[in-house]
Amino acid sequence: MSAGAETAAGLDVWRIREDFPALRQTVHGHPLVYLDNAATSQKPRAVLDAIMRFYERDCANVHRGVHQLSERSTAAYEGARETARQFLNAAAPAEIVFTRGATESINLVAQTYGRANLRAGDEILISGLEHHSNIVPWQLLAAEKGAILRVAPIDDRGEIVLEEYRKLLGPRTRIVALAQVSNALGTINPVKEMIAQAHAAGAVALIDGAQAAPHMPVDVRDLDCDFYAFSGHKVFGPTGIGVLYGKASLLDAMPPWQGGGDMIRSVTFERTTFNDPPYKFEAGTPHIAGAIGLAAAIDYVTAIGLDRVAAWEHELLVYGTEALERVPGLRLIGTARRKAAVLSFVLEGVHPHDVATILDQQGIAIRAGHHCAQPVMERFGLTATSRASLAFYNTHGEIDALVEGLGKVREIFE
Amino acid sequence: MSTDIRDLYQQVIVDHSKRPRNFRPLEGANRKVEGFNPLCGDKITIYLKIENGVVADISFEGSGCAISTASASLLTESLKGKSLANAEAVFEDFHRLLTGLDPAGEGPKLGKLAVFSGVCDYPTRVKCATLPWHTLHAALTGDGGKVSTE
Repeated sequence: MSAGAETAAGLDVWRIREDFPALRQTVHGHPLVYLDNAATSQKPRAVLDAIMRFYERDCANVHRGVHQLSERSTAAYEGARETARQFLNAAAPAEIVFTRGATESINLVAQTYGRANLRAGDEILISGLEHHSNIVPWQLLAAEKGAILRVAPIDDRGEIVLEEYRKLLGPRTRIVALAQVSNALGTINPVKEMIAQAHAAGAVALIDGAQAAPHMPVDVRDLDCDFYAFSGHKVFGPTGIGVLYGKASLLDAMPPWQGGGDMIRSVTFERTTFNDPPYKFEAGTPHIAGAIGLAAAIDYVTAIGLDRVAAWEHELLVYGTEALERVPGLRLIGTARRKAAVLSFVLEGVHPHDVATILDQQGIAIRAGHHCAQPVMERFGLTATSRASLAFYNTHGEIDALVEGLGKVREIFE
Repeated sequence: MSTDIRDLYQQVIVDHSKRPRNFRPLEGANRKVEGFNPLCGDKITIYLKIENGVVADISFEGSGCAISTASASLLTESLKGKSLANAEAVFEDFHRLLTGLDPAGEGPKLGKLAVFSGVCDYPTRVKCATLPWHTLHAALTGDGGKVSTE
């Protein structure tokens, strides 16, 4: 594959790869082929530099000190919030709450909005392709409140059955929580339409964007979602930082979650008054370096352009799908008509963990297992799949390496 | 350095994973224990018929990777007809093999089980090989129930 062909989507992948130190290594004597991006992504130099710069020069607590370093760190932290606002096209920075990641964002909504607004017999509607992080927080809430968790089924392609989804929306539906993109199957859900239907039924809609934000432009105002969650480490930023977007009117009305410093206006032993959003939801010293690193990551992907990222990854998905379909005994799991660059598969007669170990010996990193989506596995009658998940720094040559690696797997098990 | 993947997936292991021996429920079993690895979803049930302190018959069922399936299959083969004390000695030799204490696979009770000597070079896969053995251990020492690797 020539370098020229790699730029068909207007993206210089070879130049981009040089920005990622982790991609320049060998594993078991082979060049690393990193195809586990749905689990976490690698970090560009710009992110590492931003974190290092903060700790070397600006390290101080935020929102407190009057000294120079505190001013700098506060400016950088609040600047990161503004960067995240632009990334999601939220109306105001106050709608951006920093969390530890998408999981914490969803738990926050369940434990504040959910606890304040759900009564016994109310319903929460999710789909059959959710990650455990968009199932378990709602189960906990439902158990506490006597609410009912309903699940819109998926079909054999891995698409949500929209007719069933509509039927499950009813007068008792209070919260709808949906992944924009499935981590296990790659399905891109028509969330804009589904959010409008949720609103028509009187429910609020939370979108789990953990697998969408790294791969396509997101506009929360266009989607009209009430809440949107994503993780920093999947968008080429650091671990331990994430975002919860919430509409201002909802965040204003929600009770606080964790108590502590920064989330209060005044404290006496008799009574505490709380700060405004987003600070009301950010008790304690936040992950300042994480937020700064996340902003650097957002700047990085925004400079490349998420439209170009999506186009390039789609090209790789089409190439990878065709290539894997030619592997004897291989069956793709998740064949939605609109898909992100996730290739989940099973190889006849070989367990996914054996596939992953043999590929690892060839320097190829994929995920094997249930992908924290056991109900999805059960839907397809499986306990596990192998999953190659791509990012914009992947190449056609790496997909060729995967196919070749699978040949070795077949050779051992023939 | 790259280790040869064939050291892990030796022919005997591949063979037992594809055609596991004693892979069935056991009529007249008097011990039955389930083992589970929650991280990868491997599940195994071991059935034992113990008569006069001897493993009169043994079988297993379940689903898992090649390493755990072959390990369970070879476990049943190696223990059938052995006394419980002897079975315990095999377990100890196998444990030494997998934890790297017996790199050459020279444990006197190992026999065919020495094919698993390559596993200790793959730390993420050691639990696959030991799951059936921990399950067995629970069946022999405990009062049944469930075993988890975590």
